[in-house]
Amino acid sequence: MATAYQDRKIPVAPLNAGDAPFFEGAAAGKLMVKYCNDCKQYHHYPRPMCPFCYSTHTEWRQARGTGVVYSFSISRATGPIPYAIAYVTLDEGPTIMTNIVETDLDTIQCGQKVTVVFKPTEDPKLAVPMFKPA
Amino acid sequence: MTIKGKAYIGGIFEHPARKLGNDISQAELHAQCSKGALEDAGLSFKDVDGYFGAGDIPGGLLSMVDYLNLTVRHLDQTYTGGSSYLYLVAHAAEAIAAGKCSVALISLADFGRRGTAVRDRGEGIAEQPFEYPFGPVTVNLYAMAAQRHMYQYGTTSEQLAQVKVAASHHAQWNPNAVIRKVLTTEDVLNSPMVADPLHRMDCCVVTDGGGAVVVVSPEIARQLKKPKVKLIGVGESSKDQMGGKIDLTYTGAVRSGPIAFAEAGVTPADIKYASIYDSFTITVVETIEDLGFCKKGEGGKFVCDGNLVSGVGKLPFNTDGGGMCNNHPGNKGGITKVIEAVRQLRGESHPKVQVKNCDIALAHGTGGSLGTRHGSATLIMERE
Amino acid sequence: MSIKGKAYIGGIYEHPSRKIDNKSIAELHTECAKGALDDAGLTFKDVDAYFCSGDVPGLGALSMPDYMGLTVKRQDSTNTGGSSYLFHVGHAAEAIAAGKCKVVLITCAGFGRRGTAVRERGGPDAPFEYPYGPVTVNLYAMAARRHMHEYGTTSEQLAWVKVSASHHAQHNPHAFLKKVVTVEDVLNSPMIADPLHRMDCCVVTDSGGAVLVVAPEIARQLKTPRVKLIGQGESSKGQMGGHVDLTYTGAVRSGPVAFAEAGVTPADIKYASIYDSFTITVVETIEDLGFCKKGEGGKFVSDGNLISGVGKLPFNTDGGGMCNNHPVNRGGITKIIEAVRQLRGEAHPKVQVKNCDIALAHGTGGSLGTRHSSATMIMERE
Repeated sequence: MATAYQDRKIPVAPLNAGDAPFFEGAAAGKLMVKYCNDCKQYHHYPRPMCPFCYSTHTEWRQARGTGVVYSFSISRATGPIPYAIAYVTLDEGPTIMTNIVETDLDTIQCGQKVTVVFKPTEDPKLAVPMFKPA
Repeated sequence: MTIKGKAYIGGIFEHPARKLGNDISQAELHAQCSKGALEDAGLSFKDVDGYFGAGDIPGGLLSMVDYLNLTVRHLDQTYTGGSSYLYLVAHAAEAIAAGKCSVALISLADFGRRGTAVRDRGEGIAEQPFEYPFGPVTVNLYAMAAQRHMYQYGTTSEQLAQVKVAASHHAQWNPNAVIRKVLTTEDVLNSPMVADPLHRMDCCVVTDGGGAVVVVSPEIARQLKKPKVKLIGVGESSKDQMGGKIDLTYTGAVRSGPIAFAEAGVTPADIKYASIYDSFTITVVETIEDLGFCKKGEGGKFVCDGNLVSGVGKLPFNTDGGGMCNNHPGNKGGITKVIEAVRQLRGESHPKVQVKNCDIALAHGTGGSLGTRHGSATLIMERE
Repeated sequence: MSIKGKAYIGGIYEHPSRKIDNKSIAELHTECAKGALDDAGLTFKDVDAYFCSGDVPGLGALSMPDYMGLTVKRQDSTNTGGSSYLFHVGHAAEAIAAGKCKVVLITCAGFGRRGTAVRERGGPDAPFEYPYGPVTVNLYAMAARRHMHEYGTTSEQLAWVKVSASHHAQHNPHAFLKKVVTVEDVLNSPMIADPLHRMDCCVVTDSGGAVLVVAPEIARQLKTPRVKLIGQGESSKGQMGGHVDLTYTGAVRSGPVAFAEAGVTPADIKYASIYDSFTITVVETIEDLGFCKKGEGGKFVSDGNLISGVGKLPFNTDGGGMCNNHPVNRGGITKIIEAVRQLRGEAHPKVQVKNCDIALAHGTGGSLGTRHSSATMIMERE
């Protein structure tokens, strides 16, 4: 069995204050993740206040863009085309929701090494990070 | 079979802002308020084991708890409009009394000044087809309560105005208050009529902001440095259109009040300070009657002659300036009612408005609309 | 410092319909309320507290009491998704224990089959999830996939959850799916979101139910067999700032709280209502509640171990959300109802557990894949 990857129209939800660097970073080809200067941990999704130590000394950092698939599912009957929703654990630590793209969707596996790609959204100024096999 | 003495208010925080820019999200504002109340208590997010929120938590209960990364064993999202936060304090006390949590965080954060589009409130609302066509908005619904109270009891616009005047006397000492000018009866009566008989100044302020309250078990309270404020009585009830037997001259406080007083074992005469929900001037007049501070129908007379002004009258109320002049974050005044009552009991109110020997205080919330459906909750607290 | 024995389930009602065209949501809530009151032998005038969740129309806890003409002194509108009603029972017991009310009415009702437009919920998490196409089934599917990866759980094992439920549903005349199905039936049903097939999912129904939680002094006056609440626990679990772990649920916290309060262990449970939005929900929950070791849930549910009269842990003997009913996509209230039927000895004779003296009901709301809530109730026949 093979399920070919197809590009999907990517919607965006209204951004809340402080969210833009993730999406604007993606549009500029950068995977941006929040880092806490006090407890020295990355977190996701991004918040101004660190969810581990509650410090506000957080900053955006560019992640390497590599990680491994934590889990995934091929949605076959929930939209017009199949797509692979996934959680990817970044080398920096946090596990983030994403899509796996540009591969035969039936070959995706937990533990698989992946690398970031950036996909445009319906908003021309904003993109989102997705991942393909490394 | 009571929550008396089973829970304490361990921490309070009122956000100092009244107008916020677009650079802060609602979730972040909740986090700031929560952090403020926890710091006030000397506790941290890791100590929280119960989270309580109302209709203003973005994405719902599960999103907020995830955002704050809390590990909880009690969750409550009772929503009764602006009174929700007093319901939540009461529910937190029950949960603590049952051993279900020991540090309950309650937060409110919203942007009232961004305005709210008139919205279709959702699918299947039973009453909506029979109300919506007639143009009900918050102010004209409360105005109908005021109109009827005037008709039935002879209450006057001058009397209602005293609620705003008294609040302004307090607000002058609050550097964060929206309206700090001391107002006169004429100021209120000369302000534009918004919905007869309510003038613009019969209405509360509209603000961005928020606050948080931490309710704790007695064991936790003993470890905190702040003066101990003990919850001794709570009551709640709602009131509505009763199948067409409408009566706009009284509120759910006729039920929530007696329950709270009985549990606390005190009477209105024992209350040294009262936070009374003041969305509109009429809200205060009806509530004061229903809580038994005066006879039914005499609320208009009761609020006159500075009787609500701290240091002057018999019932010092809303010494932060209340919703009338200080703050009504996101159109919900409940949490600030709890907060100022706690300040009074701790002796932390502004010296110009601090009630002497303030050992027992009451806070009352009214949510929704006096003209249709509303929630009422009464808390009675004691300085230990 | 406990709710043990402070409250009883005095009345239950499950609406018999699964597809409804000609009623309003408020009317359906009221029919369910009336059903539970009739069951208890009480009236609307006896109700002094009303609890509801996100399925009620109008403003929070205010509109439905107005519609039903209730005078209440305790309200709760906690919404944690389909588990809400198990949260409500715990809160009701706390309120009754505190002397705040004596007859708590909890209702759930709505039209799942009318469909719900996919909405962006406006949470702080939404911008970081919505672009990736999360829907309920693919989020649960990611939990299933990871559980398979870490513990070797198989699709065949998951299928046993549906198979077991169908064995029970055949005896329920109201069940949406009454046909007994096989593991092959489940595996041959269309793949919705790998690894979950159509038959790994619960049914979608228009329906509802109601539960009355009453004070001990009220319970003593009722004709219905007495079902006492002896333990309740609740919690939630989220993405933990990026420390995502989809292999366990909030039941790891709600379960131990409820068991400790009740003073019983999983071995004492004669019947369990386990929230079954998807097959994986049951497998993870059974592990987290301690019915088997972590990772062995797939093995545990196999070979009829969940079937009444056959296995060690009879579950969802009404057919559950899998086959019977999942009103308005919320399966919590029916979990409580079937557990009470079992304790009363009112389950269908073909599925009634013998000497059913202690039962458990567990609810899971929201999504295992992102944020969910968990509540566990333990009840005893008196």
